[in-house]
Amino acid sequence: MSADAHEKLIYMANQISKFFESKPEAEGVAGIAAHINDFWEPRMRRHFFEVVDAGGAGLRPLVLAASAKIKRPVPETA
Amino acid sequence: MKDFIIPDRDFGTPAAKSKAMVTLTIDGFDVTVPEGTSIMRAAAELGISVPKLCATDSLDAFGSCRLCLVEIEGRNGTPASCTTPVAPGIKVHTQNAKLKQLRRGVMELYISDHPLDCLTCAANGDCELQDMAGAVGLRDVRYEKGENHFEVRNTSGEKNPNWLPKDESNPYFAYDPAKCIVCSRCVRACEEIQGTFALTIEGRGFDSRVSFGAKTDTALTSDCVSCGACVQACPTGTLQEKSVIDIGTPDRSVITTCAYCGVGCSFKAEMRGDELVRMTPYKHGKANRGHSCVKGRFAYGYASHKDRILSPMIRDSINDPWKEVSWPEAMEFASNRMKGIIAKHGRQSVGVITSSRCTNEEAYLVQKLTRAVFQNNNTDTCARVCHSPTGYGLGQTFGTSAGTQDFDSVEQTDVVILIGANPTDGHPVFASRLKKRLRQGAKLIVIDPRRIDLVDTAHIKAAHHLPLTPGTNVAVVTAIAHVIVTEGLFDEAFIRDRCDWDEFQDYAEFVSDPRHSPEATQFLTGVKADELRAAARLYAKGGNGAIYYGLGVTEHSQGSTTVIGIANLAMLTGNIGRPGVGVNPLRGQNNVQGSCDMGSFPHELPGYRHVKNDQVREVFESLWGVKIDNEPGLRIPNMLDAAVEGTFKGLYCQGEDILQSDPDTKHVAAGLAAMDCVIVHDLFLNETANYAHVFFPGSSFLEKDGTFTNAERRINRVRKVMAPRQGYADWEVTQLFAQAMGADWHYTHPSQIMDEIAMLTPSFAGVSYERLEELGSVQWPCNEKAPEGTPLMHIDGFVRGKGKFIVTEYVATDEKTGPRFPLLLTTGRILSQYNVGAQTRRTENVVWHAEDVLEIHPHDAELRGVRDGQFVKLSSRSGETSLRAKITDRVSPGVVYTTFHHPTTQANVITTDFSDWATNCPEYKVTAVQVSPSNGPTEWQEEYAAQAEASRRILAAE
Repeated sequence: MSADAHEKLIYMANQISKFFESKPEAEGVAGIAAHINDFWEPRMRRHFFEVVDAGGAGLRPLVLAASAKIKRPVPETA
Repeated sequence: MKDFIIPDRDFGTPAAKSKAMVTLTIDGFDVTVPEGTSIMRAAAELGISVPKLCATDSLDAFGSCRLCLVEIEGRNGTPASCTTPVAPGIKVHTQNAKLKQLRRGVMELYISDHPLDCLTCAANGDCELQDMAGAVGLRDVRYEKGENHFEVRNTSGEKNPNWLPKDESNPYFAYDPAKCIVCSRCVRACEEIQGTFALTIEGRGFDSRVSFGAKTDTALTSDCVSCGACVQACPTGTLQEKSVIDIGTPDRSVITTCAYCGVGCSFKAEMRGDELVRMTPYKHGKANRGHSCVKGRFAYGYASHKDRILSPMIRDSINDPWKEVSWPEAMEFASNRMKGIIAKHGRQSVGVITSSRCTNEEAYLVQKLTRAVFQNNNTDTCARVCHSPTGYGLGQTFGTSAGTQDFDSVEQTDVVILIGANPTDGHPVFASRLKKRLRQGAKLIVIDPRRIDLVDTAHIKAAHHLPLTPGTNVAVVTAIAHVIVTEGLFDEAFIRDRCDWDEFQDYAEFVSDPRHSPEATQFLTGVKADELRAAARLYAKGGNGAIYYGLGVTEHSQGSTTVIGIANLAMLTGNIGRPGVGVNPLRGQNNVQGSCDMGSFPHELPGYRHVKNDQVREVFESLWGVKIDNEPGLRIPNMLDAAVEGTFKGLYCQGEDILQSDPDTKHVAAGLAAMDCVIVHDLFLNETANYAHVFFPGSSFLEKDGTFTNAERRINRVRKVMAPRQGYADWEVTQLFAQAMGADWHYTHPSQIMDEIAMLTPSFAGVSYERLEELGSVQWPCNEKAPEGTPLMHIDGFVRGKGKFIVTEYVATDEKTGPRFPLLLTTGRILSQYNVGAQTRRTENVVWHAEDVLEIHPHDAELRGVRDGQFVKLSSRSGETSLRAKITDRVSPGVVYTTFHHPTTQANVITTDFSDWATNCPEYKVTAVQVSPSNGPTEWQEEYAAQAEASRRILAAE
């Protein structure tokens, strides 16, 4: 996975975060997690967790807070 | 024009809407009709046709031809039955010696100034003048030849100064003044139905002539938008379709649905043999009510254009020329490639794109292909790049991903907010209905960076135009909410009853913050505070308030947020759940609503149900006999990212041209080039096909059965009027491909596919082809609770229960102007062209718009030394292109505008890959650009043209 693609996912996650940041914190955390679980394909979430597991550099704090509630994709069984 | 095929009775004058009923006697028969009905119409209800020429039930009575005279016992004279309303107990006679004589006299006068070339006239057999001459028993014309309008020269060979030549400037219809009876039907149609006022009557008395604009104008150079309403209204051969002049009169007609925009007009395809003679708007079509625009009425020639591909084609590499093959060979080649990819890279490495131009049944099959046969959820549709935020935003706030009203609702609207939509170009037939209401006195608020036609046009002036800076929709919508809340203009009773009161409190607190006031945001949005306040007050308190919006709302980084903001406004003011109000997305393509309904999005099955729901999946699994993935699939931009990354290798793309229509062309091209198997299923070798390995030729909407669902959730039948020119309807092609991939599908008619959809989808449970035959069309939800469908939604409560207020924080887009790119580019449509132009560019519509131009304000042009009509280079951070400039003050300083109908311009080379936060809907409407004078096409345009040409080579048949 290229750094470029990671950057794109970071950007997308932060964009989602900015929408939910105007809500109460708990609602925001739940909102981000639900949104990413509902709309991000496992490949995208896998790359997302590569970023999170590497320390989450670049992700907004609310995204990091939500990451605990985001489903880790199961390894693909083709 | 008279309907001689299916007797679609003309009642002479429009229906009266009164609830009070009146009983009268006509020719000895009693009839009861609503108060305000004309005597002519009442007679027609009895089956008595009073002779008439200037009256038709699509237009208000005019009373000029004096043919429809009647006698009323106890009243003087012989009043015109079209202009005389019924009265209780009157006794009317439509036929007696006096009336017969009067009518014959009138007809004799008409015919004395009309050529008697009926046999060779294009309207022969389709002419009301001819019919009336017969009906009144005209046997003789006693007048001697004198001054007239139809003879080119008199018997001495002198030129007749009253004779005017035919005007054939319009590509689709001719105007022959020699045949005109000056009944004014065309002029009234242009005024009352279309609302353009392009036609007028010039002169008085014997000198009266129908004229397109000024004396020096022709049909083409006038304001005429070629909607065809005048041609439809003309009782003679004066205004006549050139196709009828060319071919002759049709002998049968089939009712079907237009395949252009989301208005979804009903048409009669009038045929002779299997040749389409003309398309005429269907009077009983519930979306269009007998009206049409230039695209649906006339621009169908693409279906028989020479560019259409009629044979399947394959090639090993995109650098090879195409090889024409048989259908079985194409299926074998395509399925082997796809199977190979799945074997090597896994079932998640392939996917589909469904088409918003194809039918519901076809979209359903394509998504079923990926979910049930490929066994993943990698399906998306072009709604991704237009109205996906509508689905998200309205789903969150109201609980349904669709507009709340039917189009008839506009007839009861008092205040219209139009945001980011340009209906006179994009949704012309709805625009005509809207204009009619505005002329009756409804108020209009336009929120748009550009001065669209509706801001100031014939007999219409917007009450407020808020010319916002592109990208600041959320700030403007929130500021409107601020005014409504802080000035106490909200509908508390509605909110307490229908919405969550606590959520409202939070929302009210949020919007009341002074930072959301119009005074605080005006420097950001460019919208004057007092103007915005006045507009907010008007919407909140001006009566029935309806919001109509388009892609200027959705195609932004905050597209979904704006849709939520719009829903908030409607809830705040109680403008939901009755006629005349509501939130109405104007859908781009004919079946954008339908393709979304059919489960084209990667996260939801048909009927907007998330794939994570076990119960929903189980319903599909038991019928389809497969396991359905419970994870969302890839959206179009994600597919392209995954392709570049190397994990997405195969795509079946039906009826969409992502290379031209999706943003950041270079990224799309890189994604497509990285795939091993791209199957394009289309009418033409579109731009995407430059990167395809397999080409399945498609069938046009004239060649298949199915349904389209328009912007008002109306499911309309598409009916086959001729056999598919390439052998198969598109649903059959998808089925053949699925079968080649191992699926056990055996549909023999699209009605079976609809039955399956109805079985699986609660909101479609009551839909079937029989039902559609019976009712003409039906708006979903259609089920046990609403067997006749649902014209208005959320009447007693929101679909989700309580309406949900959601706070809408403005977040500026990251696409910002700066020293290198100081201007903002926004994009849109033009009336005569449609979307990427694949269809309309292949019709005569190019006379109106042969190339995309860049609109630029005089100040910006002067600063850059740009002259009108000159080539300019348009560059952004993504790329550059060149096109001609048009200097106009329709755009504000700092904003430039173009359309994207022509592939040579490729406006999407310029657009960036920024997208909506919730749905990845691309931010087409805001791109920071620079404009500079240029000599011609850019290097990129030349390279692209060369690549496209090379990739379209087809090997000569052996």
